[in-house]
Order: sequence, then structure tokens, then C-alpha cells
Amino acid sequence: MTHFIDRRLNPKGKSLGNRQRFIRRARAQIRDAVQKSLKDSAVADLAKDRKIKISAKGTREPRFRLDPKSSGEQDFVLPGNKEFTPGDEIKKPPKGEDGARGKQASDSGDGEDDFEFTMSEEEVLDIFFEDLELPNLVRTTLKETPNRIWRRAGITTSGSPTQINLIRTMRNSYGRRLALKRPGLKDIAALEAQLAAAEIIDPQTPETCEEIVALKEQLAKANSKRKWIAFVDPIDVRFNSFTEQPIPTSQAVMFCLMDVSGSMGEREKDLAKRFYMLLHLFLKRRYEKVDVVFIRHTHDAQEVDEQEFFYSRQSGGTIVSTALDKMLEIQKERYATADWNIYAAQASDGYTQSGDARRCVEMLNGDIMPLCQYYAYIEILDEREMEVFASEDSGAELWRAYRTVAELWPNFATKRISKPADIFPVFRELFKKAEAV
Amino acid sequence: MGKPLFEGAEWDFQTLDRALKAIEDIALNELKLDIYPNQIEVISSEQMLDAYSSLGMPLMYNHWSFGKLFAREETMYRAGYSALAYEIVINSNPCISYLLEENTMTMQALVMAHAAFGHNHFFKNNYLFRQWTNADGILDYLAFAKRYISACEERYGRGEVEAILDSAHAIMDQGVFRYRRPPRPSKERVAEKHRKRAEYEDEAYNDLWRTLPASLQPPVTTASPDPDDEGGPDMKLPEENLLYFLEKNSPALKPWQREMLRIVRNLAQYFYPQRQTKVMNEGCATFVHFTIMNALFDRGLITDGSIFEFLHSHTSVIFQPDFDDRRYYGINPYALGYAMMADIRRICENPTEEDRDWFPHIAGTGDFMVALKEAWANYRDESFIEQFLSPKVMRDFRLFGLHDKADDAAYKVSAIHNEPGYRKVRATLARQYDVGTADPNIQVVGANLRGDRKLLLEHRMHRAIPLQHNAKELVMAHIERLWGHEVELTEVAGE
Repeated sequence: MTHFIDRRLNPKGKSLGNRQRFIRRARAQIRDAVQKSLKDSAVADLAKDRKIKISAKGTREPRFRLDPKSSGEQDFVLPGNKEFTPGDEIKKPPKGEDGARGKQASDSGDGEDDFEFTMSEEEVLDIFFEDLELPNLVRTTLKETPNRIWRRAGITTSGSPTQINLIRTMRNSYGRRLALKRPGLKDIAALEAQLAAAEIIDPQTPETCEEIVALKEQLAKANSKRKWIAFVDPIDVRFNSFTEQPIPTSQAVMFCLMDVSGSMGEREKDLAKRFYMLLHLFLKRRYEKVDVVFIRHTHDAQEVDEQEFFYSRQSGGTIVSTALDKMLEIQKERYATADWNIYAAQASDGYTQSGDARRCVEMLNGDIMPLCQYYAYIEILDEREMEVFASEDSGAELWRAYRTVAELWPNFATKRISKPADIFPVFRELFKKAEAV
Repeated sequence: MGKPLFEGAEWDFQTLDRALKAIEDIALNELKLDIYPNQIEVISSEQMLDAYSSLGMPLMYNHWSFGKLFAREETMYRAGYSALAYEIVINSNPCISYLLEENTMTMQALVMAHAAFGHNHFFKNNYLFRQWTNADGILDYLAFAKRYISACEERYGRGEVEAILDSAHAIMDQGVFRYRRPPRPSKERVAEKHRKRAEYEDEAYNDLWRTLPASLQPPVTTASPDPDDEGGPDMKLPEENLLYFLEKNSPALKPWQREMLRIVRNLAQYFYPQRQTKVMNEGCATFVHFTIMNALFDRGLITDGSIFEFLHSHTSVIFQPDFDDRRYYGINPYALGYAMMADIRRICENPTEEDRDWFPHIAGTGDFMVALKEAWANYRDESFIEQFLSPKVMRDFRLFGLHDKADDAAYKVSAIHNEPGYRKVRATLARQYDVGTADPNIQVVGANLRGDRKLLLEHRMHRAIPLQHNAKELVMAHIERLWGHEVELTEVAGE
């Protein structure tokens, strides 16, 4: 009468569809919340599961409810009387201040309160990088070792046993058995039953003897037919077939140039690192085939790995052009423009050795910009400077120099950041998906 | 005395089966419960959260509000604010109960007795469930609803479907028939009908018609009245079921949208009896598990340790904090239901003079199961309390009535648990459980289908209590979306 069913091994994430719908619904609120929570978190914590608190706006589920507080009268019963007698009066809590009853009010669907839940790293980043992409990405020529993918390619007559297509195989087998009139087990059983019935007839007459012989013959024939018509014959067997197909990929490399000289204070470095962290996450997440080259510079430049780029400290003078030299050197060595889309992002406080800015501009105009799909320059200021340099035109030496580059090249962008809250908007502005033309 | 069925906390399927057989023996042969066949499923905590967030149903169509519920529950659970329910049980035939894998064996036994026998008996026998829900069909219907809505999403886009569901959910509470039985065509027939209709429209569509001058347009055939519905095309006003009214009469909705309203409405109707019998349903299940667990103990089938573990969780389930306690969260339906049913047993077995006065028809009859089964079958919370809440239970709970007038600065104690107050407290509490007065009474009173197509709604206020203003505006926007034209709601004094 009763069945136990063990459901524990059933596929998980049954409510995933609902969750996605919910997140899409609350997208705007979630984006604000994510941005806010990002502002206060350390660089290393950017990509972590996080608790998000969103306002209930947008995910409200209004229902008609009664509001006995505003007018009318009601009676209700409570448990736990200690000292009251009929006619006693109990003062109401002042309006607006909701004590223990507040919880009930919010539960009943008024829904003005905030709503807190946990989002996974994936979901946070998804929202983060929504609508962002590398600008001007071109599909470059296939390299010698292009990516390959196995795709279904119909049905074949040969293959490995693990790839047998059971449905096709059994369908063929069934058709063949029907066509060749292979007797089934039921037919045999019927014949056997007939034979048994005929054999117990007593006494045997010549007719029944004849019938028995005929039945035996039929049975033998049927049995031998079953033997020579196989249930599943090799010609029935079909296999799923897969072929390898190359998939064209676009390759891109991102050069991250960061000033770590003495003039960059801890605060500036932290801002720059946060920016690159975001960039790094974005690239890792959106593009499988993006190389990232980290270059940091003081008065000379080095290529470093991710770990060192984000977490180690260094100090010294400032010559920005060394980083550009380094970038060109690496590009010549490893990233031919025919095969690679080249991107660069540079962060600096805008100060460099006098005269170096001109050299930078020359290098950019002459060598670098013709190679690059996109070049983003981020200047990191402190908040006082930001006020002084309110206009786009005024700024430190490098900024003014770079403005001239920006005028020449549409794929050269300059932005300024002065506080953590700027990072995300600037980032979005730099990598906004271009409107389809 | 038998050998204990199990020792220790671990469980496995053999032990579950042994325990179930022993429980079944007591439930069917001693208590003589009448149940649907049981289907018991063991699930993980994540699946329990899943089930929570889809209104406890094993399958449910997709909607963001379920995702929101899941996110909320999950956060609460992970943070340790709330424990998961030990079980979920579904009013279906066979009756499906979910056991949480983390339960100890004692808890599994408790849960089986509670859900698979207590709730199960109640679902099968209570008149509300018998009349208004279709236990045989609900799972098929949910499967149909899920398929239908995901097909609509594919066909018309998620946004469109979401908008309709949002609006329908907003008036779900106004989507039930309270007094008359809903017309109930076979679900498959509805699905079939709408599929055919959509197919027909696809086939019959001819772009050429568009180019003809208006006078040559093919005559618009008016939809033939639905044979499943009473009445046909003319509206019966006033109508209390807004979803039903909009489904049948809205000038703005397409057939698939009407079908979605119908799905939401059917769900609302399915859950309506549960809302009216919280106290009785939980009381019945709690009484049954308590009786069965004790019977198991009396037969030596569970150990001393188990019975203590059981009593510990039983007492926390039926714990009722006082109104001024920080933990107070309304009257606990388990506590009230169980106390009343245990009290009925006491009245049957050991009545006092007072009980003989108050309950002459059951006092001292001895066989409490007869009285209880009669109550389980024929009452809902309101009438059950009105009929069976005894002075003793009122004293035990120390119940007292408050009168609250919105303009007054203080509540007034109207009655307490004493001789002059019993009847008043009892009547007040019973009213409190009347879903009909707890939900606003909103009716469609007029619809101008020829002219400006304005829809007129009326809120008949109970004791001059109005609707919450903010929520009202939002819900009205949803109704306007479904109606397609202006909607006006007036609040009038009722009763």
C-alpha cells in the first residue's frame, strides 16, 4: 500500500528557473546593491558570494489588505491574560512605531521593507558585466591550432559500443523481424499449448496423430526460423556519430599598465588595483581566449604575474614611457596584429617626469594606436584634485597630453577616478556595448 | 511487550518500513482512520526549500515570486533564523508526504504519524476538501499548468506571461468561490479546447482579409457560450470571484491569457480549504501523532529515549507564547487545535459538571474517536471553535478579548476567561478564524461593455475597516491591466 521513494538523488536546482526570473526582475535594485556592497569590500573579496540587501521595490506582490488601524473597529482574542478584567483599557503603541507587531505587518504583504538574500559570485558578476564587451573586437584568422568542438553528425553503421543509438537500432530490428515474419515467443507458446492439448487427447485417432505431427513440424520450423532470424542483427545496429569541427575564435590580449611609483599613494594604488581587478574578472568571465599581460612601472617597467601585480608593493620614480616601451616589446615578441586583437588599459596619477609625456604621446600616435583596438587611460586623482580639475580640459601633464591623442583616435578613451564609487560607472562607460549600427 | 522497532537516531528504509507498518496498524485498526494510500518521499534540505518556495507542491509553474520566496527562505535557513519544517504533505491521491533526510528516526516516525495519517485522514474526510478540491486530479492539473505556462512563455515571451501572472497573483485572494460550487470542467478538456482554438486561429488566419474594405470583412463570429459554464455569455452580478469574472468577461484578454487566469484561480480554490482549516488540520495531525506515538510506546515498540525525544519536539510544536512574550506570533494553530482535540477526548472520557452543561451530546460518551471524527469531517476552524472551544481550554490559554476602535487611544478588554465571558471570547475567536471576514469582501458590481467599458468594483466594508491605501493602488493597476480599461473601486459600508 505504501511506497517509499528516495528523492534525494533527484537533480538539484529545481528552483533555478524561478531564481533567474527573480534576479532578472529585481535587476535594477540588485545592481545598485551590488555596487554599494562592492564599494566597501577589499580587492580580494570582489569575487565572492555576498549577501545582498535590496529594497522591495520592483518585487512587490501587492494584495488587497484590510487596514484596521486607519478606521473602523474590530475584536480579537489574545492568549496569556494575567491581570486584565473586562472593561480594562490597554494603551495602544504610538502609531508609526512598530514593536513586535511590525513583523506581522510586513509579513502580511505590505512589502515596503528591505529584502536580504545571498547571491553567488557567478550571479554577482553576471549582473556586474551585463551589457559590457570589448569594443571593436574583430574575428581574426584561424590559427594553426584552432579550437575544436565535437558536434553531432547523424547516424552511422559503425562506431564504438558506447555510442549505440538504441532507438534506431531497435526500430530497425523490429522492422526486420516484422518483414521476415520471425515468430515471437507468444506464437511458440501458442503452438506448444496446441500441441500439448492435442497430445493429451485419449484415445488418439489418425486425425489427431496427423495434427500432432503437423504441429510438431510447425513448431520445429518456427523454432529454427527464430534461430536463423536473429533478434538483433549486426545490420540493425546504428551508432550516434560525432565529428570534430573547428570553431573560429577571436583572440585578444589585454595589456594592463599600472603606475606604482612613489607619487601614487596607497589610496591611488588601491583604486587602480580595484579597477584592474574588475577588468580582469570581466575578461576572465566573458572571454575564454583573452591573454592578459600585466605591466607595472616606476622609472622602469616589468612584466609581472597576476599575483604580483595585485598584491606586491614597489616604489620608485615615474617614467610612464617605459611601460609603453615594454608593451611594444612584448607585443612584437608574442602578439602579432594579424592574429590578435590588442587592448590596453593604463592607470596612473597623471604625473610623470617632465618631457616624458611628450614622448608618450609620440609613441602612442606613432606606434601603439595603429595596433590597438582600444586604449583606455584611467587617471586616478584624489578628491580635492577632482574638484580642481572639474573640467575635462584642465588636468595634470599626462592628462593634457593624452587629450590630444584622444582627439586623433576615436578608440582612445580617457577617464578619471577619485573614489571607489567611481570605478564601476567608469568601467561601464569604457566597456559599454556599442549600439548596433 | 514487543521489541523496539529502532534504537538510536539513524534510520534506513527497512526501519522506516517497519515503523510505518506499526503506525499503520495503530492508525487503521485502533483509531480507525480513513486515509488515501500513502506515498512517502525522502528529500534533502535543499529539496525541502524548493518545495517551500513552490507553495509546497511537487511541481509548479515558474514565476519570479517563487524565486524570491526561495531566496528568502534559504537566507533565513542558512543564517539559522529558521529551522525547516520536518515534513510537507500534499492533499492528493495518493497522499504524498515528504520526509526530511536529516530527521532522526524518532522524528521520521513522528512525521509519518503526523502527515501520512493525521493530515491524510483530514484531507480525505473534511467536507471542505471533499467538496472543493479534487485530490485525484491535482497533480495532473499542476503538470498541465506547468506545461501550459512554459509553452506560453515560449510562444508569447516571458515578459508577457509574467505580467499576466503578476496581475493574477495580486487578486488571487479574490479568486475563489466562497459560496457556490465552481463550475468544473475536466482539466484536460480545457487544455484540449484551448489548444484547438489556438490551432484554429493559426490555420484560419489569412493576411488577405486585412486588405479588404471594412464592409467586406468576414463577419466576426462571436464565441459560442462555453458549455462548461453556467449561464453563458451574460454576466451574473454581483460576482465575488474577480479572477473568474475577468477570465470570462474581460474585453482585453486573449484566450491563452484567460487560461492562465483560470490556472491561478484553480490553485487559489485548491488552497482555499487549507486556509479555512489551519487549526483543525494541524490539530488533527498533532492529536493523531501524539496518540500513535504513545500507543507505540505502550506496546514497547519505541524506547524511553525516543519517547523523550518525541515529547520534547511535541511540546515545542504546541508551545503557545503569551501575547506579551517576544516570541508571540499569533495564536499557534498546532497549540489551539491540539488542546481542543485533547480536550474533546477528556470530555468524552472524564467529563466534569461544567462539560456536561456545555457539551451534553459528547460528555461521557467514552468513545472520543467518534466525536473527533465527526468534528474533523464536518467543521471548519470557525465553526469548530464556535462549537467545541471549552471553558477549560479558554482558561488554560487564558484567552481574553479586546475591542479595538481605530480612533481610540486604547484597546478595551471586552471579555476574559470567566463565566460571563466564555461565550463572548469564544464567539470572537471564532470570528477571527472566519476567512470570509479576514479577507476584504470585494465584488464586481457593474461593467459597461458597450460604452466606456468601465469596470465597477465594490468593497463592502466589514465594521468600517477600509483597504490599505498603498496596496490598493497597486492592485488596482493590476486589475486594470487584466480588464484593459478603467476600473473603479468604491468602498461602501456593508452589514
